[in-house]
Amino acid sequence: MSGKTVSLFIQCLVDTMFPETGEAMITVFDRLGIPYDYPKGQTCCGQPAFNSGYQQDAAAAAKHFIDLFEDAEVIVCPSGSCVHMVRHHYPDLFADDPAMHSRALAVGAKTYEFTQYLVDELGIVDVGSDFTGTVTYHDSCHLSRGLGIAEQPRTLLGNIQGLELIEMKDSDTCCGFGGTFSVNYPEISTAMADEKIDNILETNAEVVTGCDISCLMNILGRVSRREEGAQVLHIAQILAGAKRDQGEKI
Amino acid sequence: MSSPNSTYSEEAKKGIASPRLQASLHNLQHRFGKGAMDLWANMEDQDMRRRVKKSRMKNLAHLDIVLDELAEKVRARGGNIYFAKTAQDAIDYTLAVARKNKVKRVVKGKSMTSMEIGIDPALEDEGIEVVETDLGEYIIQLAGDTPSHIIAPCIHMDRNQIGKLFAEKLGIDHTNDPPTLTMAARKALREKLLSADMGLTGCNLACAETGHISLVSNEGNIRMSTTMPPVHVALMGMERIVATLEEHRETTQLLTRGAALQKLSTYVSFIGGPSSDDDPDGPKEFHLVIIDNGRSKILADPEFREVLACIRCGACLNICPVYGRIGGHAYNSTYCGPIGAVVTPLLDGINKHADLCKGETLCGACKDICPVQIDLPRMLAALRHKLAYGSDRWNTKQHNPAEAYTFRIWRLLVTKSSLYQYLIKIARFFQRPFVTKNHMIRKMAGIASGWTDGRDLPPIAPKTFAELWEEKYSKNRPAAPKAAEEEN
Repeated sequence: MSGKTVSLFIQCLVDTMFPETGEAMITVFDRLGIPYDYPKGQTCCGQPAFNSGYQQDAAAAAKHFIDLFEDAEVIVCPSGSCVHMVRHHYPDLFADDPAMHSRALAVGAKTYEFTQYLVDELGIVDVGSDFTGTVTYHDSCHLSRGLGIAEQPRTLLGNIQGLELIEMKDSDTCCGFGGTFSVNYPEISTAMADEKIDNILETNAEVVTGCDISCLMNILGRVSRREEGAQVLHIAQILAGAKRDQGEKI
Repeated sequence: MSSPNSTYSEEAKKGIASPRLQASLHNLQHRFGKGAMDLWANMEDQDMRRRVKKSRMKNLAHLDIVLDELAEKVRARGGNIYFAKTAQDAIDYTLAVARKNKVKRVVKGKSMTSMEIGIDPALEDEGIEVVETDLGEYIIQLAGDTPSHIIAPCIHMDRNQIGKLFAEKLGIDHTNDPPTLTMAARKALREKLLSADMGLTGCNLACAETGHISLVSNEGNIRMSTTMPPVHVALMGMERIVATLEEHRETTQLLTRGAALQKLSTYVSFIGGPSSDDDPDGPKEFHLVIIDNGRSKILADPEFREVLACIRCGACLNICPVYGRIGGHAYNSTYCGPIGAVVTPLLDGINKHADLCKGETLCGACKDICPVQIDLPRMLAALRHKLAYGSDRWNTKQHNPAEAYTFRIWRLLVTKSSLYQYLIKIARFFQRPFVTKNHMIRKMAGIASGWTDGRDLPPIAPKTFAELWEEKYSKNRPAAPKAAEEEN
């Protein structure tokens, strides 16, 4: 196993609304003996600004991130779209600034999504957790299409004792979040979320999980409004051994 | 940011509320979207898409040369070439041809370019009857509607509606039996095709090496429109050209696969000029109108040139989760779906079509399915960049100063973490009255209501991760080797 110290890249929504996801990641790292630290001063990777076209503003957030994480040995984040932002869009933001461009490339090259880091970098396929219940998995767009991560989370889930993974229809179809899109075009966004939730419910799985908290927040928000029974958990919570219906009490 | 009454949002709502449209779109995407992805995954020649994309980009880089060669070869065979700078130029030229030939009736092959330049009303204003001969387009024309899909224009209608329409417009007994309806259309169209004075078509691809254009179809109507009338005018977007016949072969194969999962369409018509003594079939006059209408400007911008590689197969519509919910009419443009969301603003104004630039999730499915791997999400983000700050090059004004101001404040917060954390504390305090029993926020005001109109929002946690780290983890944790050394 790599002795590299993981710098925890805690996505802004995890920090403010879903800290239990960050703590679950810590639980998994502790169990596996993976060293970690948490660079203080983290805010937002800049994705909302970038996706809305505000590239200069996104670049300011990117510079803040690069300053903060530049010395990290390896950077791991429980959110695929943020990793995609750092890896693929940061270098573009500094296309006209060779010094920043190369710093962005260097930081991007050592930034990994949580399950990707465990499986691809550390070769861990079994995190040794228990989780009793049926689970269905949502493929987030930037994770699956942007980073090509689809098998890693399934491998990890597949090796959890007591967990039965039930694939939903169109698992890689967008949930309708899309950042500011969700607020600017709520009728379209909600219709897309409904399609996703119908596919989730069709599996009869007790839990829906994924590797990107933004999508999960969208799904959770609509599930809650529709008063459906499905529980929404980040994959880190399942890997940490969250008990069903105790997602927030790990 | 969409205004609440924007056409896009309003039409989207109507589409979402229509069970008929939802059923049609669901079937379309299930069959053709998934089908195309399976085709690409199982295609023997896995390099073909990359190769065709490369040749498309190469031909765009040398567009002047390949167009020149095409024009020379078509003229040598007795055809006429006209380079139209604008839509109006193309209309004027076509009208002049119609007037010279005393045209009373035009039969059309399906052409998005003809709709882009708006030629039908111009012909009708001259007292010329215009008849669409593609079955889907014919239905749309009879209904006085607009297409809602690039390849399947009447996807928003079902056979019951079409049955009613035909009974009313063609005077046949009411039926919803598709073969009977098709035969009725065939009979009506046959009469038009046999008596038309001019055929008007688009152009799927032109080939510089051989000097011909090609048109793909499954109904045969295009071949008849281009051979029966004495005059044929073909409207061609200036980017629809390949250099060699070999490139033509591969590009056509991707076009028909992307459009309809076909290795080859039922008809591929090659047209290189008027009839001659040793080639008696075909029209007496052939005119190829090569249309710019804003394409040069796209060509000149490296950020957007790639969109001209599009071969208009419509595959991106068959997978897009936004198109799949809202349908084509919401785009309010000739070109709908992901390709329409990029090309419409570029051709017709970025500010005017701001909703098309901003109304997608950037999920990337369109890029995956595109036979020529066009990165539409990248260009959507680039269009939003023009809207965010304005762009002289694209005559674009800042779209939403309030949003721009919000992001300036956001920028201040995300670069000053102490301020950021302080604001989280304040928000946590003020959110308290809004948090309901199920630990969710159910109602917010202003722009945030866009979220809570249909969804709950989790509140800011009692402790953020940063705060938890300070309390629980920063001191009592397995020391990282490197960090430990530093502490010592």
